This record gives sequence, C-alpha cells and structure tokens, in this order.
Amino acid sequence: MYNYRYYCKNLHKYIHIVDVCFFTVSQEQIKNLYQRFQQLSGNHEKISRDDLERIPALNNNPIRKQIITAFFDKRNQHQNDVGSLDEIGFEQFLMVMSHFRPVNSTATEEEKAIVRKQKLRFLFNMHDTDNDGIITLDEYRTVVEELLSQSGAIETEVARSIADAAMLEVASTNVPHMAPDDFYEGITFEHFEQILKGIEMESRMSIRFLDMNTATMRCGKLSS
Amino acid sequence: MPSGTVSHGASGRLRGLFLVMVLVFLEGSVFTVAVASSDQHSPTTAHSGGHKATDHGSHNNTGKAFPVLDLNYENVRVPFEISLWVLLASLMKLGFHLVPHLSNIVPESCLLIVVGLLVGGIIRGTGETVPPVMDSKLFFYILLPPIILDAGYFLPIRPFMENLGTILIFAVVGTLWNAFFVGGLLYGVCQIGTETSSILSRIGLLQCLLFGSIISAVDPVAVLAVFEEIHINELLHILVFGESLLNDAVTVVLYHLFEEFSGIGSVTLLKGFLGVISFFVVALGGVLVGVLYGILAAFTSRFTSHTRVIEPLFVFLYSYMAYLSAEIFHLSGIMALIACGAVMRPYVEANISHKSHTTIKYFLKMWSSVSETLIFIFLGVATVAGPHDWNWTFVTVTVILCLVARVIGVVGLTFIINKFRIVKLTTKDQFIIAYGGLRGAIAFSLGFLLKKEHFPEREIFLTAIITVIFFTVFVQGMTIKPLVELLAVKKKQEAKRSINEEIHTQFLDHLLTGIEDICGHYGHHHWKDKLNRFNKKYVKKCLIAGERSKEPQLIAFYHKMEMKQAIQLVESGGGIKMPSAVPSTVSMQNIQPRPPTKPAPERAIPQLSKNKEEEIRKILRTNLQRTRQRLRSYNRHTLVADPYEDGLSDLFLKKQKMFQIEKKLKEMNTYLTVPAPPPDSPTMCRARLASGKHTDFKPDQVQKGNKMCSDPQAYSIKPASNKVPMIQVDLASPQSPDSVNLLDEFGQANQQEEEEQGLMMKPPSRPREAKKPSEEDEAKDPQKLMRCLSDPGPSADEDEDGAFLP
Repeated sequence: MYNYRYYCKNLHKYIHIVDVCFFTVSQEQIKNLYQRFQQLSGNHEKISRDDLERIPALNNNPIRKQIITAFFDKRNQHQNDVGSLDEIGFEQFLMVMSHFRPVNSTATEEEKAIVRKQKLRFLFNMHDTDNDGIITLDEYRTVVEELLSQSGAIETEVARSIADAAMLEVASTNVPHMAPDDFYEGITFEHFEQILKGIEMESRMSIRFLDMNTATMRCGKLSS
Repeated sequence: MPSGTVSHGASGRLRGLFLVMVLVFLEGSVFTVAVASSDQHSPTTAHSGGHKATDHGSHNNTGKAFPVLDLNYENVRVPFEISLWVLLASLMKLGFHLVPHLSNIVPESCLLIVVGLLVGGIIRGTGETVPPVMDSKLFFYILLPPIILDAGYFLPIRPFMENLGTILIFAVVGTLWNAFFVGGLLYGVCQIGTETSSILSRIGLLQCLLFGSIISAVDPVAVLAVFEEIHINELLHILVFGESLLNDAVTVVLYHLFEEFSGIGSVTLLKGFLGVISFFVVALGGVLVGVLYGILAAFTSRFTSHTRVIEPLFVFLYSYMAYLSAEIFHLSGIMALIACGAVMRPYVEANISHKSHTTIKYFLKMWSSVSETLIFIFLGVATVAGPHDWNWTFVTVTVILCLVARVIGVVGLTFIINKFRIVKLTTKDQFIIAYGGLRGAIAFSLGFLLKKEHFPEREIFLTAIITVIFFTVFVQGMTIKPLVELLAVKKKQEAKRSINEEIHTQFLDHLLTGIEDICGHYGHHHWKDKLNRFNKKYVKKCLIAGERSKEPQLIAFYHKMEMKQAIQLVESGGGIKMPSAVPSTVSMQNIQPRPPTKPAPERAIPQLSKNKEEEIRKILRTNLQRTRQRLRSYNRHTLVADPYEDGLSDLFLKKQKMFQIEKKLKEMNTYLTVPAPPPDSPTMCRARLASGKHTDFKPDQVQKGNKMCSDPQAYSIKPASNKVPMIQVDLASPQSPDSVNLLDEFGQANQQEEEEQGLMMKPPSRPREAKKPSEEDEAKDPQKLMRCLSDPGPSADEDEDGAFLP
C-alpha cells in the first residue's frame, strides 16, 4: 500500500532520473521495473545483497558476484561518490538499470558518445574494484578467472595467461614503446575506451525492458 | 595452349594479355563449336552425349589397320570441355586482376557476363548453335552448392543470429510482398494492354504470379559477388546476404505452388492453405536435414584423428549429401546447406587438424569462386543462346515494378522492424538494402526450368528475367560502390579480433544475461545463455573428441591466437622481424606487477626483510611452476608436438636452427636466470624484475624460448626441477656484485652472461632516438613519456615480443 503510493508520488522523479541519462522511458517500463523491484525486495523499500543473491537464474552466471556488486556500487549512481551501499532503494536500482537502456534512435552523435562513455564507465567500474582509476593486472586476472569459473576444470594458469596476454595487448596498443624498466600500472579509463573501440557498446550493452515478461511481473503483489 | 597463355600473361604486357585472351576465346569457341555440332547429331544433354560419342569413336576404329597415331577427340570431349570452361573462367578471373584499376570500376560479375556474351557471340558468329551451358541441372547440382556451402560454412553466426528476426522478415515477408506485388501489377498491365498486343493478354494471373515469385528473390551469388567488393559494414552485409540465403525457401515454395496451380488450372482454398504449410515444411525441413547432416559430420570428425588426409572430404560430402537429400523432397537445399555448414563448423574445427582446416578453407574458396565465375560466364552465353521474345511493355514494366516493389518493401518493412530493433536501420541503410537487392542466376535457372506446354510465354519470361538480372547486376552493381562512398555508409573495419574484445564480448554476454535475470525479463540473452549451457554440457561432449570439448570459448580463442602467432613467428624467420603492424617494445615485464616490496628507484642492494623475501620467493616459485605447466599444455597445441603438422614443423626446424644461432645468447639468459640451485645453498640469482629478459616472471618468454630451442636442456643448467628453487631476488642494477656470484657458480655460462651485460649496459641506442618524435605525439601521460625517454633503449630482442602481440 505504502509502496505503491510512494511509487506514484515519485514517478515524475524516476522519469527524471532516467531522462537525465538521455533515455526516454515510458511510465509503463518504470512500473514494470518497480513491480520487479518489489518482488525482489519482498515488498520492502530497499533491496539488499541477499535479495539479489536469491535470484535462482543468477546462480549459473559466472560473474554473478560482480553484477550484484555493481548494483551496490556508489560509483554507478552518478553522484561522484565512492564506496558501496548495503541496501539500495528503487531510485538507485533504476539508476543502475539505466546503464542498460538502448540508445535513442534520434540521439545525436554527441549524445551517443556520452551514452557510450557511461556504459563503458559502468564496465570499467566493475573491473576496477578498488576504485583507483586503473584496472591492474590482478584485477584483470580476477575478471578472467571469474569469467571462466563456470566452465569446470580450468587451470587458473590458463586464465592468468589469458589475462596476461590481454594486458600485454592493452599495454602494447596504448603505449607502444616502453623501456624494459617501465611499468604499465594498469588500464586507465582512456585505454579501456581505446581497446573496446571495436565493440559498439552503445548498442550492444542494452536490454529491451519494453517487452517485459508480465508473468513474472505479476508475482510481485501489486496493492493499490 | 594454356601454358602459352600463362607465360604470356606472366610477362606482364597488357596488350599481349588481351591478345591471349582473345585467343582463348577463339580456342574456346572452336571447341564449343565442336560441342554444338556434335550436339546436333545427338540432341541429348552433355553427359549422355559424351557416352554416345564414345560409341561412335569405337565404331570408327574397326576394320582399319593398326593405327599408329589415332585421333579420338570424342573420347575425352566432355571432361576436356569442362576443363576448358573452367580454365577459361579462371584465366578471366586472373586477367581482371592483372589489369590495374579495372576491378575498382567494374565489378567482376559484370566483366564475366560480358565475357560470356562475347564467347556466345563468337559461337553464334561462326554459325553454330550455342550449347545449352546454363542447364538447370548443372546449375543447381554442380555450380550452386559450393557457393552456398562457402557462405554457410563461413557464415558469421553472431551477427546472423542477432539479426535473425530482421533477416527473416525481409526474406519471407519481403519476398512474398515482392512476388505478389510484381505478379499482381504485371497481370493488371497485361490486361490493360489487351487491345494492343495479343500475346500479353494470354498471360494469366497464375503465370504472372509465378513470374513474380521467380523474379522477386534476391540472389545470393550476385549479392556475394558485389558485396564482397564494396566492403560494406557487417550489419548491412548480413542483412542483405542473409535475406538472399533465406528467401530460397519462399521462392521454392512459391515456385512449386504456382507451377502446380498453373498445371492443373484450378485454385482452391485448401490448396492455398496447404501451400502455407508446405512453406514451413520446406523451410524447416531443409534446416532439419542440414542440422542432421551437420551433426553427423561433426560426429564423424570426432574419429578422424588417425586419417587426417580425408578429413576435409567429410565436410564436403556431408554438406553435399545434405543438399541433395533436401532436394529429393523438394525441401530448400540452400537452407539445408547453410544449416549444415553452420552447425558442423564449430565442432569440426575443434576436431580436425589445423592443416585440414586450411584445406577446407581453401577448397571452399576455390570452388565457390570458380563456380561463381562460371555462372556469370554461362549467364552471358545463355543470353546469346536463348530464344528471345522481346516485348517492350512486359520488360519495362517488369524492371520498374521490381525496383518499386523492392523499395516499398524495404521501407515498409523497416518501419515495422525498427520498432523492435535496438540498432535502428537508418535511411541510408534502407537505401543500401533496397539497392543491394540484386537478382541473379537462380532466377534465370528457375525460369529456364519452366515447361513450354504450361507456359507458352516462356520466352517472354526468360527475356524479362535476363533483362532484370542484367539491369541489377550492371546498373546497380556498378553504381553501388560509388553510392556507398557518396553516402559515407559505414565500412567494415578490418581489425582483427583482439583478446580484450573477446573477453569483453563474453563479459558483456554474461552481464546482460545477469541483468535480464535481475529484471525478471527473459529476453534473448537469457535464451542464448540457456542454449550455450546446453551446448557446453551435452552437445560438445558428444561431438568433440578429447580435451577440447571442455574448453571454453575464451580459452579456445586464446589457443587459436597463440597458434596463429606461433605460425607467424615461424614464418617470419624466428621472430626476428615481426610483420606486426604496430611495432611495439612492450613486453611481459612491463605489465607484470612488481611485488609490493620493490623500492622504487633505489639502486643499492635493498635490505629485504624476511617475510618480504619469502613473499618474492613464493611468487617466483609459483611462476616457475606455472611455466612448467604451461610448457606442457602448450605443447599439446603447438605445431611441433602435432605429428600431423609435419610440413610446418619442417619449416619450423629450419627456422629454429637459424634462430638458435642468432638468439643463443638471449635464450641462455632466459634459462640461466632460473637455475635450480642445490637445495641447501640458496644461490644469489639476479632476477631483476625491472629490466632485462631474464626474469622468470615471463612465462611467455621462457615458453617461447623452449619452443625455439629444440632441446632447451642443452643450454639450461637445470631448468626448474621439481625441487623448489631457492632464489633470492635482487632488485639492484645490472652491476650488482651478486651477478658475480652467478658467474662463479655457472662458469660455463660466463660468456653469455657477459654478453648480456654488455647488452644491458648500452646507453640509449640510436633507433630509440629516432622514435622520439612519434612518441611525443602518442604519449598522453607526460610522466610516462619522461620515463620512456630517460630509460635505456630496449635490447634487440625486444622485437621478439611483438610476436605475441596481435
């Protein structure tokens, strides 16, 4: 009861949140997300790590931990804040989700570039766990190891060597000439953008929320 | 004759080349004249004609004295002529690429058609009938399958699947729309023009619809021929090309449906309904047959590890069988081939040897390109040969209707599709899709198949079809390239896929799946993930032999990359000169994290605390072990270890001998730095983490070194035995007194060590300075730049690291 009123009261605010990020979003979509949010939180106002960890479909995801962490990362809230939250409200939930909005077809090139940057930043933050602005080799290795973690008996050595090769590639494309004494600390955001130039992130990293499965939606009890 | 041609062509004189080409035409025409004349005697198809001719020849021989020199052309006529045609086609292809700039202006397909027209004209000019080269059987059973298999086997699965919905809508709805629009309006035009021309008025609605269904399908051969040359971006390419592949089912069904109707003459609702069902049967049945054969092929390739030679044959045979099996039931053979190629590829590739894979690649490319060339030449010849009935109204209306229908269809359908697409199709894209709708030989062959008794207007149809084909191939095919440039349509990036992109593509897949799961939205990422897991869990185990079935995609990619680089390394002469585009001096040590203990610029021997020392020791130990493990795991996939890669390993051995001489010193260092000292007396080993090649932090280096030396043991004292090496790390400068220790202990290696020191102590070398200006441009971080410039230049062997950079 309270939730729904709260939701209605804040609807314009939510729309604003997502519109800020150059996304146009319909009330319908926000409503869908809100229902899902309620379902996940068990009709509470906030959602916690455990709530997300309980999602059965996520169990098979090799990067489940990183995904959940990303939801509670303050850096993804567009507020120049660091650290992590214990619980997030619907606003924050929406904020994280907004990273996955498809880019508007009428968007100009600059808008596309901004969206692309946002999406890349989200990815970067997922890798850069200690928030020092660079993805170190260790962090990158963790990423690759996690990525391969579901595939059974994978020697960590292989994962490491893949991360090493990848890191080497980043270093060599971005800083082609290094003296033997030089040390490439890690991937900065600029380098990160550089290496992922080939992937059309603005279109690839997007999900259609529009045709949300209403069957699952209905599980979240809507009281009004 | 052919050898003469080749030598003339090789001499490089263009005029001479043209002369020779003309000679080839004449030669071809003379022989085809022979075909034609013999065809008059035995009016059968080429194959049976050959048999009959053989009989003739044997009859002639009887009753004569023993012939010392006998002329019996008839015996070899058929294979000889086939070879001649193929030779002509190949020489034409060769010739076009020798003439500079020609291929930039005119697409090859146009040139080939012109060649065909010329050949046909010459044959006709000599007063003979032109042989029926464009036989439908020949086309559908011999010429078409290689092209389609090539397309299916190398189909970029990912973009294809991502755009499957759009492609299907274009292929099914678009083709249906085109067929009915063109057919219907054409009938209307024919009826309007009743008074003026009596021929047109006889054409019924069904015939018009049949004609519409023949003419409306975009042709994969023509599309491939043109789109390969304009290097359009992946999305547009897959949209047009995918449409041309998948509309085959629609065309087949419509063709048979209307043919049936016009044969019987009555259309009932039931039959229409059955037609719709038959569409699904034809399309899905084709795919099913293809998948079945694909799985069979994959399963067979599981057991071919002892007979590598025939591996490629299985791929070709199973695919061809799939095509033929589908054709038996009038299912879509093209769909079957596509499905078969696409399904078998990932599994077959994991099973077969690297060489077989190359063989498959080359054979497919060779066959498809020869087929394509022949098809276009034959199209030209058939144009000259065919009985024509030129009807201005019909032809003009057909061409205009085809264009209009295509444009309306594409624009209308995109309007609907764009509502569901994340990446919207822009106006430019729509234009290219509409403009790229080329018609080709499939339409002609289908028209050729029409029976005269059911279709008295067959000649009119054929003429119109040929006109449309010529119009699309010549006008659209020639103008599409300038238009693409004019509109600045995004082109294909030629960049190789980097490992970072691969990692992130997968990361993104999982991330999106995860987000979808959190939203409770079962989108296509969700289902793709399910499918992938199913594939990994069950299918791969059955179809892929041994270890590799468990290999995740990322690791497979990594191995492939490693393999490619290894081959590159071998081919480039042991990696001394790397052909890599970006000369880079970055090596493993530049990215390896130093242990936190490293005192940054300190040059004196650092006092390491006990636990820090232990830490470093641990790092070194794990790295050593890792190196050893990776050596083993690497050998499994490397060229030398694979007994079937003997050719490459021959080359490899040769190179490596050369390499050994040149690189001995450096290789030595690699091993010298990680000696296994007696367990009780820890050796002071100068494992300088910061510089030089001799740090065991570089598994790649060591591993590469091992690969290069046929017998690494010969140089290394005792590389990392099972005993835990006790290495004390000294982070000091090269001249640290500890290095003397090392020299004493390993007297044998004295020379090399000194050599190496000499290398290390070199002041910044000259090439380094030459690079400075460019560096200044590139370096974003001024601090980094400073460091780059102030540091001693890289030793010569740094180049080798380029080998491991893609």
